[in-house]
Amino acid sequence: MLRYFLSRLLTFVPTFLGVTLISFAFIRVLPGDPIIAMAGERGVTPERYAELQEQFGFDRPLIVQFWDYFTGVLQGDLGQSFVTRKPVWDEFFTLFPATLELSTCAIILAVVLGLPAGVIAATHRGKLFDRLLMSSALVGYSMPIFWWALLLIIVFSGNLGWTPVSGRIDLLYYFPNVTGFMLIDSLLSGQSGAFGSAVKHLILPSIVLATIPLAVIARQTRSAMLEVLSEDYIRTARAKGLAPARVNGLHALRNAMIPVVTVIGLMVGTLLAGAILTETIFSWPGIGKWMVDSIFRRDYPVVQGGLLLVAVMVMVVNLIVDLLYGLINPKIRKR
Amino acid sequence: MPLLEIRNLTVEFTTAAGPFRAVDGVDATVDQGDVLAIVGESGSGKSVSMLAMMGLLPWTATITADRMSFDGRDLRNLGARERRKVIGRDMAMIFQEPMSSLNPCFTVGFQIKEALRQHLDLSRAERHTRALELLDLVGIPDPETRLKAFPHQLSGGMSQRVMIAMALSCNPRLLIADEPTTALDVTIQAQILDLLSDLQRDTGMALILITHDMGVVAETAQRVQVQYAGQKVEEQPVRSLFQSPHHPYTAALLSALPERATERRLPTIPGVVPGQFDRPQGCLFSPRCAFADDTCRKVDPPVQGEDMGFARCHYPIATPAKEATS
Ligand SMILES: Nc1ncnc2c1ncn2[C@@H]1O[C@H](COP(=O)(O)OP(=O)(O)OP(=O)(O)O)[C@@H](O)[C@H]1O
Ligand SMILES: [Mg+2]
Repeated sequence: MLRYFLSRLLTFVPTFLGVTLISFAFIRVLPGDPIIAMAGERGVTPERYAELQEQFGFDRPLIVQFWDYFTGVLQGDLGQSFVTRKPVWDEFFTLFPATLELSTCAIILAVVLGLPAGVIAATHRGKLFDRLLMSSALVGYSMPIFWWALLLIIVFSGNLGWTPVSGRIDLLYYFPNVTGFMLIDSLLSGQSGAFGSAVKHLILPSIVLATIPLAVIARQTRSAMLEVLSEDYIRTARAKGLAPARVNGLHALRNAMIPVVTVIGLMVGTLLAGAILTETIFSWPGIGKWMVDSIFRRDYPVVQGGLLLVAVMVMVVNLIVDLLYGLINPKIRKR
Repeated sequence: MPLLEIRNLTVEFTTAAGPFRAVDGVDATVDQGDVLAIVGESGSGKSVSMLAMMGLLPWTATITADRMSFDGRDLRNLGARERRKVIGRDMAMIFQEPMSSLNPCFTVGFQIKEALRQHLDLSRAERHTRALELLDLVGIPDPETRLKAFPHQLSGGMSQRVMIAMALSCNPRLLIADEPTTALDVTIQAQILDLLSDLQRDTGMALILITHDMGVVAETAQRVQVQYAGQKVEEQPVRSLFQSPHHPYTAALLSALPERATERRLPTIPGVVPGQFDRPQGCLFSPRCAFADDTCRKVDPPVQGEDMGFARCHYPIATPAKEATS
């Protein structure tokens, strides 16, 4: 198991190098210029432009700039935002809990609904539930996220007035930021109604963000279950006189989980990408919105640092998934 | 009263290409402590008829029977919940592919104890003791370690022993072994068959042994039932079947047998078992039968009396096989 872990860890190195390079290159291949963007409507004089270029180091060759960035990264220094002058690192960790909270809720929602739905669809193959689920999964998977988000906002916030349109909590609540997770902080604050407000704000963004993972997990669970259900050991389990719930929910699902966990791991990347859009629509103050804003401002350090951190995060999650995979699949664990 | 009695069992599958009758009017009777062998080529409905009894067929199967009783209980209208109390406890089954018949995600111990927990009222410690006892019974050395093993760490023979231990966990009255050795090496085959024979003798349970191997039949069984294309074509005690088969199919199987059968598969007879689309009229064996005439090709054969081994044939062979084939 340890060797398995270390070998997985080793594959980090080239990926990390690649990600550093790509995050550096990505923002620079976009047309536009951070200095012009910062200057805004006022414009800048050529002298001032040259001065700023020198100040930010844009006058030096790209390779030198990259080297600076790279050595900085190795020392844990991601630079400062051009706009706020605050370290990228600090900004990231101020905003990250919001994204983490949203993504966690979304993935929990997707797993909690997707797994049983897939199992039931597989055990009732071809029946009404199966068909309904598979068609909705197809729709959910192919639906444009922003359109779906707007639809939900119109119905639940606009027509029914059940949920708020944006933000993480009503402005009338104010309490100290302890964990960065609104659900926990609102509970800790002890203010009545704060928790409820936080939940209300989370519902729509979570649903929107969970939609694609939910569709993928349900479909993947169904197909994995269908494959497993025709295995000999399922017949053995039934021949023991076990109840269908135990045969399907334990003997079959445990095996079907092996491919499903991999898919859930892959969804984390998709989830962060989805978070960018979702956060922008719901004005959710997380890293998704932060990065989109920074791209528009051509805030190079934020974009490249943010991308790098997100990529590392995805890599770490994938590593965890690999370990989990080893845990549920005894054939790997014992190697 | 026999332990197991089946009359006119028919299983029809609904397939995309229309209904398919995999089992067609099969009878079987097994008494307490009996060993019945069922032989027949691939596709003759041996597994399907046993799975039908266990209630393990998919919903596409329609099962009908005039009688299907086990231990005085009518299996035909037994509810799913009631049936689950019988199978795995009084009636157990082991399968052809031991390696894939154990769940790869759970330890041997878990899978054996699970059967115990399902049917018996034992404490955790008692289950553990019983599991060790069972592994010992089926000849697995070092049971304590083996209980913690995962199926992929076991050989085929070991897996089949575990399957047997699991099937025997609640002291069944009837064990159905569906080609328990086909997937194993020849030397292991003999070991597993000896084990099954010994266990059968020691526990006094009844055993239905499905096999392709006439040698196994001769060594293990008391009675043999020959199945062809979903029908029972002959049934006799082992000794008399080998001496004087009455159905031409049985005779062909035996005459094609090499000196003292150690072959894994049944000897080959020209032609194939009819499937869904090439079912002949009249006698199902007529296209491959050396003795068939127009009657055989048009009229369903009658079932002969016990003196003719219940042969399903218009012209059962009356003389001993040696004279008929020489
Ligand atoms: N679920 C099913 N749906 C449709 N047809 C089936 C199904 N299961 C089995 N059959 C068909 O029923 C027939 C009898 O199958 P069965 O498995 O009982 O044969 P068998 O005598 O056990 O053969 P073998 O010696 O190869 O195990 C075969 O033609 C098979 O294709
Ligand atoms: Mg079979």
